[in-house]
Amino acid sequence: MPDQLLYAMEVSLNGLMAGIMYSLVALGFVLIFKASGIFNYAQGVLALFAALTLVGLQQGQIPFSHVINAIFGTELHSFGWTLPALVAIALTALVMVGLAWLIERLVLKHLVNQEPIILFMATIGLAYFLEGLGDVMWGADIKKLDVGLPQGISETIDAITFNAFGYGFFIDRLDIVAAVVAALLVASLTLFSQYTKYGRALRAVADDHQAALSVGISLRFIWVLVWSIAGFVALVAGIMWGSKSGVQFSLSLIALKALPVLMLGGFTSIPGAIVGGLIIGMGEKLFEFFAGPLIGGATENWFAYVLALLFLVFRPQGLFGERIIERV
Amino acid sequence: MNAMNPEGYVTADGRKIGGVLMEMKNITLRFGGVKAITDISFDIREGEIRAIIGPNGAGKSSMLNVISGFYVPQEGEVWFHGKKRAPMKPYQVAQQGIARTFQNIALFEGMSVLDNIMTGRLTLMKSGLMDQAMWWGRAQREETEHREKVEKIIDFLEIQHIRKTPVGRLPYGLKKRVELARALAAEPKLLLLDEPMAGMNVEEKEDMCRFILDVNDEFGTTITLIEHDMGVVMDLSDRVVVMDYGKKIGDGPPDEVRSNPDVINAYLGVSHD
Repeated sequence: MPDQLLYAMEVSLNGLMAGIMYSLVALGFVLIFKASGIFNYAQGVLALFAALTLVGLQQGQIPFSHVINAIFGTELHSFGWTLPALVAIALTALVMVGLAWLIERLVLKHLVNQEPIILFMATIGLAYFLEGLGDVMWGADIKKLDVGLPQGISETIDAITFNAFGYGFFIDRLDIVAAVVAALLVASLTLFSQYTKYGRALRAVADDHQAALSVGISLRFIWVLVWSIAGFVALVAGIMWGSKSGVQFSLSLIALKALPVLMLGGFTSIPGAIVGGLIIGMGEKLFEFFAGPLIGGATENWFAYVLALLFLVFRPQGLFGERIIERV
Repeated sequence: MNAMNPEGYVTADGRKIGGVLMEMKNITLRFGGVKAITDISFDIREGEIRAIIGPNGAGKSSMLNVISGFYVPQEGEVWFHGKKRAPMKPYQVAQQGIARTFQNIALFEGMSVLDNIMTGRLTLMKSGLMDQAMWWGRAQREETEHREKVEKIIDFLEIQHIRKTPVGRLPYGLKKRVELARALAAEPKLLLLDEPMAGMNVEEKEDMCRFILDVNDEFGTTITLIEHDMGVVMDLSDRVVVMDYGKKIGDGPPDEVRSNPDVINAYLGVSHD
């Protein structure tokens, strides 16, 4: 097989893996959008906040220690413990549920029946607030996140591809884990929403608020539930991104890459978020590989957005979104 | 027939009507300066089919919304099961066993008929969030039990052929029937129907009439309905409340109401000859 083709295959595989990372963030967007029609700008920051909290809890960092030290002149930094990864993850999940409850209490509750654009603006505010809170609580330095996920080149895939093509592919084992986790997440979310009473209630609320109330569904409970699930998905995304590139504040910018993913996949489709992520991930890597050298490189920064723009023109509902029908 | 007897009464066709299930006491509802309902009182007996009629804008739907908790009246009390009801949210009212349908149909358009009707049973499902998330034995057993009940309702309302169809694709008449099925699925103590026959053709109306009577007969469900079609109301209901401009102008068995001069005026206008 020609080398060029083998490289392209390796690049597309890596692109697919990177795409899954985008999908993980996009998934959180879709969940909240489906259930409440809110485009949650804060989803990326939610992932950042989850990752910061996870590192902080795991390493026994004292929250707000900078502030406390500055005010009282103390030298507090750490509780002096290191929690096992699973315990820290469980605790962080609880924190995310608490955060969901607070968001409902302090923000959403007061904006019931408002225009979507107002709710969107509220989530922008929420994003900046959470970013600041994360900073004050846990500090702004780049942190290393290690919850024991395998990293580095996958020897197995290297060996298999070397035997098959005479050229070993480089695939990060962390990417493979991310792919498996994403698949599990989507499968369980789909089962939950299709076959459980809360899933049904969730879909009901997404469909018609008035009807949902009339069958005895509390909207507030459902919103806390949805934001908790979105917080949990953000935690998963935060773990994956954090393990890959460290926990840093640029993590919240990933949210922007999730936008083209959503435009491709459709704002209301969970499978769409996954497929959209895969297409964007693979597309931008392949485009860089083939077209990059011709036009001077750095195409990865804009390729996704141009693709999204094309979709907006020709298929605004995305690949899997509900068809927009105007009835007259 | 003595509607004032606290123990209940026997209808012309021999059905026994029980004591008071719900009582509205001096309800007044305002939207800003506009009075939608002015000082209205009436009761609903157990097992009864109670109609609320009146010209357009008389406040019938507002009254139904007060009963189902969508509107909170400024004055007056709602008594249910002999207890005064604290102001509550619509979902809490639903949990108390009051199910309803809407004038403009409020179904979950994207969900199948079966799923729509299953949502009607949410208030009866007892398993908790953890059970559900893990899909443990209890949640699974519960799902099967409720599914069986729902299938019975589907048979009862003769909608087997559209069980799996997304509701958005159904014609109007069938949507109305699915909405009734969803309300029935909650096994309500009190069923509120907001213009169940509006916009239907004669055949669909006859079907709907039959279903309403069957529901009352078979499950003993107390029904309160709003309807425009006088013929339908007179055939169906045991007692009728007549409203006009937010006030009650008549209350009693259909025959009595029909000969009430105020009611005739409201419907036909005052004669000047």
